[in-house]
Amino acid sequence: MTATLYDVPGPRAKRRTLIFSLVALVIVGIVLALVVVRLAAQGQFSADKWGPLVNPAHPLFSLVWSRLGQGLINTLIAAGLTLVLALAIGTLLAVTRITSAPWYRWLVVSVIEVLRGLPVVVSIYFAARVLPELGIDLPALWYLVIGLTAYNSVVIAEIIRAGVSAIPKGQSEAAYSVGMTRGQVLRMILLPQAFRIMLPALISQLVVIVKDTSLAFIIVGYEEFVRTANQIIQAFVNQGTPNPIQVYTVVAVVFIAINYGLGKFAEFTERRLSRAKKTAAPPAAADALDPVESTQT
Amino acid sequence: MGVLVDQFPLFLNGFLGTVRICLFAAIGSLVFGTLIAAFRVSPLPPLRWLGSAWVTGFRNCPLAVVLFGFAFGLPEVGIGAPFEVFGIIGLTAYTSAFVCEAVRAGINSVATGQAEAARAVGLTFQQTLGNVVLPQALRSVVPPLGSVIIAMIKNSAIVGAFGVGGELFSVEGTLTAQGYPALVSLTGVALGYLVLTIPAGVLLGVVERRVAVKR
Repeated sequence: MTATLYDVPGPRAKRRTLIFSLVALVIVGIVLALVVVRLAAQGQFSADKWGPLVNPAHPLFSLVWSRLGQGLINTLIAAGLTLVLALAIGTLLAVTRITSAPWYRWLVVSVIEVLRGLPVVVSIYFAARVLPELGIDLPALWYLVIGLTAYNSVVIAEIIRAGVSAIPKGQSEAAYSVGMTRGQVLRMILLPQAFRIMLPALISQLVVIVKDTSLAFIIVGYEEFVRTANQIIQAFVNQGTPNPIQVYTVVAVVFIAINYGLGKFAEFTERRLSRAKKTAAPPAAADALDPVESTQT
Repeated sequence: MGVLVDQFPLFLNGFLGTVRICLFAAIGSLVFGTLIAAFRVSPLPPLRWLGSAWVTGFRNCPLAVVLFGFAFGLPEVGIGAPFEVFGIIGLTAYTSAFVCEAVRAGINSVATGQAEAARAVGLTFQQTLGNVVLPQALRSVVPPLGSVIIAMIKNSAIVGAFGVGGELFSVEGTLTAQGYPALVSLTGVALGYLVLTIPAGVLLGVVERRVAVKR
């Protein structure tokens, strides 16, 4: 796969690769078989456990899936709201940080650093527990959205800032020289290009947002996908057919499908953008930032 | 805010618990993630498939679901352990996928010409890897690995949200049960995480500048 590490194999190396591949395949197969045997021995493949999830003829199938479907919709609502708010506030923060005079820039920077350094769970919990204490009562959805927005808006602000600083200097110089004001340069020249450059990173951030909506399991009252799944598991435990492995497998598969799709979409836009690029200079900082983005939780 | 001073031992205990969990998970995920990265760049297709499946699965699944799966799934098949151990296993498995991608990106960032040149002057595979490729790869791996570990420290709070005791996030629950307002206890918890993450970020920035590869 990587030509960096080894030469193109000759006939002998090809034969060796084939033999070792078969050995590896057998070992992986044995491990998987052991897992399957263990699961089967514990009755994890029984119809009572899987039926409600995969068999449309099962009496509970439609009930379970209508609950799960509602939970998934709630997850997507929370993720969508967070994305819109975080984009708006993130852009505002990025602009504030770029245009701020030194005497108050430290304030903007420290807000960004503090919010970025906090676990998302803590910001969500902060919203859900402290706002009611201060007399601000909101539906539970908003606590989740506020907590997620607090974290993601600063991440998006940093993405946009990196995008702005990756734009060749000639762009803003040209804009200033035709008499644009600072605000016009940002709004009409820099930000549109920054969004374009950073579109893949922004889409990857959406993956993070979708995953983090699952943290709503700690706040009472918003039944997103994972919380719904927990309630379904509880119901089945009470009924005497505990099926956490099965339900979490389904939940994981749904999340992986959504986020894998988003990830592929991000790669696709990245390819499209690099192909359609008209500006001469490659966005070096954008490339450098990319692995960091993909590593974000 | 006097609570923060009065309850300092409790916060300290939680803080140390978080450090302990993070230490185990960091070591585990660095070792395991590097192994998976080795799988992903190996010449053997089955190992590459395994590596890709692992990364795709754990990178796209929320950590909460991974933790729930381990903590409630494993006991179903007769594997019991304290919650904290499940938490560390889940955190390690999840983080290893991100470590793998960081390491792999580092290996791929070394220009192909470097290894080709090394082979052209007659270095053996070990010499190529040890003297040419890895020293360059490790440098470009440090910054993303640092981000991964900082993210892991933050993610360890989710382990606490599961009710693993003796961990920083769970201190809030303990104090709330004693009737303290959430504003105060959560501020303490938040400060505890910031003490870990902000210096780590600053340190990472310094290291990043020192090891940057001039190309």
